[in-house]
Amino acid sequence: MTNMTMIEAIRSAHDNAMEHDERVVVYGEDVGFFGGVFRCTAGLQEKYGKTRCFDAPISELGIVGTAIGMAAYGLRPLVEIQFADYVYPAYDQIVSEAARLRHRSAGDFTCPLVIRMPVGGGIFGGQTHSQSPEAIFTHVSGLKTVMPSNPYDAKGLLIAAIEDPDPVIFLEPKRLYNGPFDGHHEAPVVPWRQHPAGEVPDDYYSLPLGKAELRREGSDVTVLAYGTMVYVAHAAAKETGIDAEIIDLRSLLPLDIDTITASVQKTGRCVIVHEATLTCGFGAELAALVQQECFYHLEVPIQRITGWDTPYPHAQEWDYFPGPARLGRALHKAMEV
Amino acid sequence: MPKASGLSLHVPAPEVRPGDTPDFSGVDIPKAGEARRPDIDVDPKEIRDLAFSVIRVLSRKGDAVGPWANSLSNEELVAGLRNMMTVRCFDARMLLAQRQGKTSFFVQSFGEEAVACAFQSALVKGDMNFPTYRQVGLLISQQYPLKLLMNQIYSNEEDPIRGRQLPVMYSAKDYGFFSISGNLTTQFSQAVGWAMASAINNDTKIAAGWVGDGSTSENDFHAAMVFASTYRAPVVLNIVNNQWAISTFQGMAKGGSATFAARGHGFGLPALRVDGNDYLAVHAVAQWACERARRNLGPTLIEYVTYRAGGHSTSDDPAAYRPKEEGDAWPLGDPILRLKAHLIKQGVWSEQKHSQVEAEIEDEVITAQKAAENIGTLISGSAPSARDMFEGVYETMPPHLIKQRQEAGY
Repeated sequence: MTNMTMIEAIRSAHDNAMEHDERVVVYGEDVGFFGGVFRCTAGLQEKYGKTRCFDAPISELGIVGTAIGMAAYGLRPLVEIQFADYVYPAYDQIVSEAARLRHRSAGDFTCPLVIRMPVGGGIFGGQTHSQSPEAIFTHVSGLKTVMPSNPYDAKGLLIAAIEDPDPVIFLEPKRLYNGPFDGHHEAPVVPWRQHPAGEVPDDYYSLPLGKAELRREGSDVTVLAYGTMVYVAHAAAKETGIDAEIIDLRSLLPLDIDTITASVQKTGRCVIVHEATLTCGFGAELAALVQQECFYHLEVPIQRITGWDTPYPHAQEWDYFPGPARLGRALHKAMEV
Repeated sequence: MPKASGLSLHVPAPEVRPGDTPDFSGVDIPKAGEARRPDIDVDPKEIRDLAFSVIRVLSRKGDAVGPWANSLSNEELVAGLRNMMTVRCFDARMLLAQRQGKTSFFVQSFGEEAVACAFQSALVKGDMNFPTYRQVGLLISQQYPLKLLMNQIYSNEEDPIRGRQLPVMYSAKDYGFFSISGNLTTQFSQAVGWAMASAINNDTKIAAGWVGDGSTSENDFHAAMVFASTYRAPVVLNIVNNQWAISTFQGMAKGGSATFAARGHGFGLPALRVDGNDYLAVHAVAQWACERARRNLGPTLIEYVTYRAGGHSTSDDPAAYRPKEEGDAWPLGDPILRLKAHLIKQGVWSEQKHSQVEAEIEDEVITAQKAAENIGTLISGSAPSARDMFEGVYETMPPHLIKQRQEAGY
């Protein structure tokens, strides 16, 4: 076991996977010699050579398009999109090609491919370095979409994604790269070494895709969260004194509906929190599923606390970010009846 | 300075429209045998002229002339002729089947059969094509069973891809034929990636990407060219310039460029332009480019100058946007007739032999068609069960899909 930041855990997953499986090839913008703008691939080119870890031209479409060809050939490409905000030029390749290849060819060709990208705000990134586009991937049949919330999960889930026979979108909340951020931006950064989930095995291990994790047991209200919002939920529970049960979804698709249902049926109350915009966000799917599965257990309407339906602002970042105060108000509201 | 007049937008248009007399006087066709044949390790910048010329082997008289001639034996040419004739007959039968309502849609290769058939003869087993929907010749020239193609077109229960795709979107990995998407140009960067993977693995296989003139406008085209150039991928990038993208003439995609091949120059790629209706020239150029890729000398861009003699698809009527006589006026002729004339001149073919083979091929195609139709057509209700559409979305079906499948009644 080693104390790792999420960056180090992701790097360790790359290292283990490249060691474990010669088919794993890593590339993206600034990923090779420099080791990535967030340093997630640092040292890999030196260790595995420049045909297994290399820089790519600035073309997300080209990165994903070539990776699909490599996957069809039989390699296991693991590519980085520098910011999720840049993935849109590759969207056609992801939706019409990677996601459909197995189905449309009846298994003649497959696409075992991992596309990693940092998501979320809280770093003064403005509208082009802050978005959380998970819902545009969960909407697509044939893709799996994962978002870890800590170093231990990040490594285990990333290795599972690499092993997976189908394309996986791996979303990394960049505000969690260095510590478990709870939305109190004015407070000093808490490093991962002070958090139990910062303890990460050095060896190869994987965690199953499609399993949520109960982060905090509680009896009052279920909070469905993922990524950075897991810590915001903890802060809100602590600050309101409301006994929230916090579920970290980890994998959005496949979704662990059983864990969600068991919790909401127990508490009778549900608040969903995500950083992405509200309308047609992943919270809409969660709300629909919860009402379908738990309607007769619900005491109050399901609430969604999310980023506003505006572009992610720069100077007003903390007015946009769904922090513990907003979530706390929602928890109080859930307990009014 | 005089005051500038107001700006005006340039919108290109073809020279002629329905009712006009076809005019290809602007298409510069050099004589057969004129274009030089460089060594395969040539520096791309030494052969820029070849992107503005047209490499041709078959002369008007039916002789094979110039430095690109003699890449194939007469026996191989006879086989090539037979392959092209099979494609044409297959197309005609399937077009008719669609008109008879036996399937929803069809795309033929009419007029450009030489491009795919001759190119395939330059590949070896293990290489991978990333085709568009107009390269069935890649499969037919490898003797891929016609019945399987028809099963796919009819979406019947023996369709290799289980009724999941529009007719002609074949997939045949064992024949080096990547699953056709139907989205344009997406396969171009995938071909480059496949070739990069082969190089990463120190393999010997090469890839071939295919696009049409119209879809060179897509971002994917440029992404593929950048990656091919940067990593010197062992790939042959093919542009089939058949003059028309549905109703849009090639000038709309070409813009101010002199030729499509010339687009390779900005990426430092060797770029060749070839008579796409000349089986010998297509093969010779394909062989040159494949050899170059195989020797780790990198990618080549090839433009095949041809003419889409039929409609874009069964959903298209070209009489609405181009003169009906345009195909007959096309200066590079018909690929089958040209190879036939050459083989007759060589003394290895005759009108009688041609008619006899034509009849044999028709028998073969009709036999395959009957066998496929015995299994079923799109309208005969023989499609794979709807249960099947839930399969293969993922390798292992996730719980939400199992639930939906049950809800659908399976």
